[in-house]
Amino acid sequence: MTVRYALLAAAILALIAVPYAITEQYYVNIASQILLYAVFALGLNILVGYGGLVSLGHAGLSGAASYAAAYLLAAGHGHVVAIAGALAAGLLTTAGFAALSLRASGISFIMITLALGEIIWGLAYRWISITNGDNGISVATRPAPFGLSLASADGFYDATLIVFLIAVAACAIFVHSPFGAALAGTRDQPRRMNALGFHVWMVRFWAFMFSGLLSAVAGILFVYYNEFISPQALALTASAEGLLMVISGGAGTLLGPVVGAALVVIVKNVVSAYIARWNFLLGAIFVLIVVFMPEGLVPGSVRLFRAAWRGARRRKPAAAAAAPASMPAGEPKP
Amino acid sequence: MTFWLLLTVNSITFGGLLFLLSAGFSLIFGLMRIPNLTHGSMFMVGAYLGTTFLSGTLGFTLDFWAAAVIAALEVAILGALMERLLLRRLAGQQLAQVLVTLGVSFMVADLCLMGWGGDPISVATPAGLGGFVRAGPAVFPLYRIAVIGIAVVFAVALWLMLERTRLGAMIRAGVDDPQMARVVGIRVSQLFTIVFGLGAGLAGFAGMIGGPILSVYPGLDQDMLPLALVVVILGGTGSLLGSFVGSIIVGFIYNFGQALLPELAYFVLFLPMVLVLVLRPQGLFGGQVL
Repeated sequence: MTVRYALLAAAILALIAVPYAITEQYYVNIASQILLYAVFALGLNILVGYGGLVSLGHAGLSGAASYAAAYLLAAGHGHVVAIAGALAAGLLTTAGFAALSLRASGISFIMITLALGEIIWGLAYRWISITNGDNGISVATRPAPFGLSLASADGFYDATLIVFLIAVAACAIFVHSPFGAALAGTRDQPRRMNALGFHVWMVRFWAFMFSGLLSAVAGILFVYYNEFISPQALALTASAEGLLMVISGGAGTLLGPVVGAALVVIVKNVVSAYIARWNFLLGAIFVLIVVFMPEGLVPGSVRLFRAAWRGARRRKPAAAAAAPASMPAGEPKP
Repeated sequence: MTFWLLLTVNSITFGGLLFLLSAGFSLIFGLMRIPNLTHGSMFMVGAYLGTTFLSGTLGFTLDFWAAAVIAALEVAILGALMERLLLRRLAGQQLAQVLVTLGVSFMVADLCLMGWGGDPISVATPAGLGGFVRAGPAVFPLYRIAVIGIAVVFAVALWLMLERTRLGAMIRAGVDDPQMARVVGIRVSQLFTIVFGLGAGLAGFAGMIGGPILSVYPGLDQDMLPLALVVVILGGTGSLLGSFVGSIIVGFIYNFGQALLPELAYFVLFLPMVLVLVLRPQGLFGGQVL
């Protein structure tokens, strides 16, 4: 356990050191991107990994918050109003999503969230008098909380890091709380949970709201990071990218979505410098991970590492071959 | 008056196209219990392949109908191959299958962008159907009437296939109860391939038939897929009648919405879906709750 805490402290220190260790703004910005997408992926993971509910409309939730913030700022309101309005818009949209989609679970849940996400995208794209259509809305300034400017890459990174750490802590508390256990219960045995007296729908609803809150926070970070929002950020591709982060890293783990976000953002930025075919690669990674490493990179590599460790210790080839083939409990079942 | 008549005909035409697209989607969902998220891609690939046969870049040009049929066959083979090579490996894992179709849809979209470029390609109306039909003061494009006819012919043919043939009976059995169907000796996994190919082929055919109306452009897949989703949620899964009625309803809402409330057309389109989900979750004609 102490090893764990030491590793955690080292990781946090390393994250704090990023702007000092890296002088080039470009890489600090990529680090900010990783952290803000990680917040999004952590929110999606609550639903996908712990609730067993795969959403393909989550970009609509963060997008609603982004648009609300951008709209309020463009209308001349201050940052406090914009952020509060964005959180409210994100949560309201989430409540609407949850009310409609939680009638179903499994595959139907995917279809309904996909359709709902497309509605939000359609509104952003077509409701030109509010959203300025395909041209999007620009945001003139980043906020300056307590007089600290976020205009520079380093300043924004620090703010994003604080939000990210709070999000991770909130997720850890949520997951280890009795409510988190109840949520995992509704994922694995909804009927038994019902028989035990849990209101399955209500448990899922509040998990959805928490997930939506994190998505809205990520949406606010996104709009301040880019200082711009357009319908592209709400497209199905964006929701799928989020899902790829969760699944590639490892759904139902705390570290998985963060690793997944880092993987996707790095591949996207590095690869796009060489080839323009990012969507093809996204699809290919998706297919490969689903087919060959369905439990995700973090649990997958932990499994491989443990198998190798045991094999090396026992010095018995047969033991290495009989590595545990069972999937970890994190894998959501339809 | 003429405006409303024209809008009505356009709505029915679009509904017919949607039926060709969503009938396969609904059958695949009914049988395999997965939404095939490549269905929009199949529609787009069919249209792109068809335009290639028309353009003569391959050294020969085909007649519009021949191009449509050959494109549909090719897309059907692609669909069957995808089922055999990818989805079959993940048999029983529906979530993984859905994610694979999503991944493939991105790959296909990017490959199409690579192969055919980013500019929209317009498709010429087939010879002999470029004219107009006069009905009193209104003038209707002949091609749109023809599309309605094609959709009706396909609806009847599909209905006959499902209700009157041995294959249809096996598909119906698979939709109703796959395990029992297996027990009585129906090779359900073979049906998966057949139905997947059939659905993909229909979608590809619809793409080419829709070409003269919609033209072909990157993003066509993402425009059509949600429409198929709405049709199936409205009509109920695995039901041919459901797809037909759902398609007509969506066709009307889409066209009237675009004409009357252009800014909110997309939003209005999803309202009936929301209503159905709240009031009748199994869809208008579906047997199973979504």
